[in-house]
Amino acid sequence: MSSPNVMSPNFRLHIDGIATWASGLPDWPAMRAFARGEAELVDGTPRRPAPDLLPANERRRAPDTVLLALQVAQAACIDADADPKALPSIFASTHGDLAITDYMCATLAGSPTDLSPTKFHNSVHNAAAGYWTIGCGCHAATTAISAHRATLAQGLIEAALQLAAGASQVLLVAYDGPSTGPLGTMSQSEGLLGLGLVLSPHSATGNNLRLALQLGKGADDGNGSGRLETALSGNAMAPALKLLDAIATGRDCCLLPAGRDTVLKVGIGA
Amino acid sequence: MTPITPLAITARTATTACGRGLASLRAALREGRSGLRANDFPGCDLATHIGRVDGLEDAALPAEFAEWDCRNNRLAWLALNQDGVFERVQVLREQHGATRVAIIVGTSTSSIGASEEAYQHLDGDQFPAELRRPIVHTPHSPGDFLQQATGLRGPSVTVATACSSSAKVFAQAARMIHAGLVDAALVGGVDTLCGSVLYGFNSLGLVSTRPCRPFDAARDGLSLGEAGGFAILERDGDGPRLLGYGESSDAHHMSSPHPEGLGARLSMQAALDRAGLTPDVVDYINLHGTATPKNDEIEAGAVAALFPSTTRASSTKGWTGHTLGAAGIVESVIALDAIDTGLMPATMNCDDPDPVCGPQVLREPMQGNVRHAMNNSFGFGGNNCSLLFGGAA
Repeated sequence: MSSPNVMSPNFRLHIDGIATWASGLPDWPAMRAFARGEAELVDGTPRRPAPDLLPANERRRAPDTVLLALQVAQAACIDADADPKALPSIFASTHGDLAITDYMCATLAGSPTDLSPTKFHNSVHNAAAGYWTIGCGCHAATTAISAHRATLAQGLIEAALQLAAGASQVLLVAYDGPSTGPLGTMSQSEGLLGLGLVLSPHSATGNNLRLALQLGKGADDGNGSGRLETALSGNAMAPALKLLDAIATGRDCCLLPAGRDTVLKVGIGA
Repeated sequence: MTPITPLAITARTATTACGRGLASLRAALREGRSGLRANDFPGCDLATHIGRVDGLEDAALPAEFAEWDCRNNRLAWLALNQDGVFERVQVLREQHGATRVAIIVGTSTSSIGASEEAYQHLDGDQFPAELRRPIVHTPHSPGDFLQQATGLRGPSVTVATACSSSAKVFAQAARMIHAGLVDAALVGGVDTLCGSVLYGFNSLGLVSTRPCRPFDAARDGLSLGEAGGFAILERDGDGPRLLGYGESSDAHHMSSPHPEGLGARLSMQAALDRAGLTPDVVDYINLHGTATPKNDEIEAGAVAALFPSTTRASSTKGWTGHTLGAAGIVESVIALDAIDTGLMPATMNCDDPDPVCGPQVLREPMQGNVRHAMNNSFGFGGNNCSLLFGGAA
């Protein structure tokens, strides 16, 4: 892999906790085994996750992307043995909840005064961040960002920046859900795919997986041939698959799209 | 919390219902002239008042940006071209290189107005041909447009935390500059009126039929507005300073603030701590002050608990309406202007102040020496951000 022209300092961070969720691969051990070719997609897994952070009535009303984000956030904190109350968090999603955007646009075109107040407050890009902090009783900072295909890369950078600014540990959640209706012809995305990472500047758990982030000029190498990328690339958060394939199979780096003419080189080491 | 190194704000602007650029906003604030009007937004017959920016309908983007054309990006372009911001961006691009200047822009609904329009004119289940432009139907529309418009190639991020969005951009940009990732940042926010927010806030029962009355005992909801604004952050240079930022979560409810104002207190305190300052040196606060019964009650209580009676505070939403994802930048620009001009605006339409208001809340404009000014922006999901500014070094 060619080394991109360097345009940023090198940020080093540790993965203290990792969690993932996708249809047919409802946790990180299942996803890792699939990526390594040791297992196939799991039959009969739930259509959407059911994080126990939300009470049952809230869970029924919450959008799928919120359930997805909360599921991986909670599982990553458990993996890191981290207290969610204390963690600043970054929620990164390319499109937010496409099904709600479709609902909003369709309702506004038909009978706008019927717009559901619950759907409206669930339509904000920071809905998952809001439910997460409410569910955990967390008063720390949380943010919600998008950078189109660069969303994961910019989320990782913001995590590194928060650590550089003094946070001892941060939670990064990257996720996207399926498109529905006419909007799907513009913003295509299939299935649910979520990644949660608890990150720290120095390993807080003895987990030795390290990341080194560096922005550079150039184009990413497009879709790779990893098993996850091949199987799940229809989701808008597909760049996460590139990172997860690399971590699962023990590769030492991957390139993530980070913006126009820009890549994020992610070095991965034990 | 360790104090941060202050950053220079070398250019700033806001385009609101009061007009284009700083001069229009200053004149309206000085003359007590509101930008609100009876709702005349096309396709929406709700009985309410809105802060609409005139002329966007006729302000198509230059041909080379046609792919990004929509109401929201038009407002971004209009705002960017006021008060020397675009010129400063070009200087910085030459000075530091395009990859060394970031774009961090806040919004709540991006250009969803374009998606709404497409659904009104569907061709079967297809978007009409003129709206088959995927970039305007996704949240990063403003961040991507600004990269195209400025030629900047540093990190470009759209922050969408509802009504705190374009306050949080200052915090994220400060982290980038402090970490050495970039040398400067174009920060700002753009949000435009659209069916989603007009009918959405209406469905929550949060919209007044009258021009909003922040902190008035009889206030009964907000007036929605649209706005675009920008600021440039640099390590050094002429202009006032960003001294501190504070971000917090209410952890209470999606669309209602924490009953004791805990999140608001935490964000204001964190901004003070990062500036290494105490509340008594804050001369002016531009409040979130949406004129919903809950927000104002809780914010007034939190301000009264934290600040002395010598601190002055006001909500300027009676001029602009609640500009949602642009509120952070617009009201930061007003707070920065207070430092430069000494004008602390009144709280327009606050005729009979709620008894919960402390002595801080201004009913009449005041002229004075403003050494430090704060801006509060609080959003859905209990997402809070406070910024603290000071005079030129």
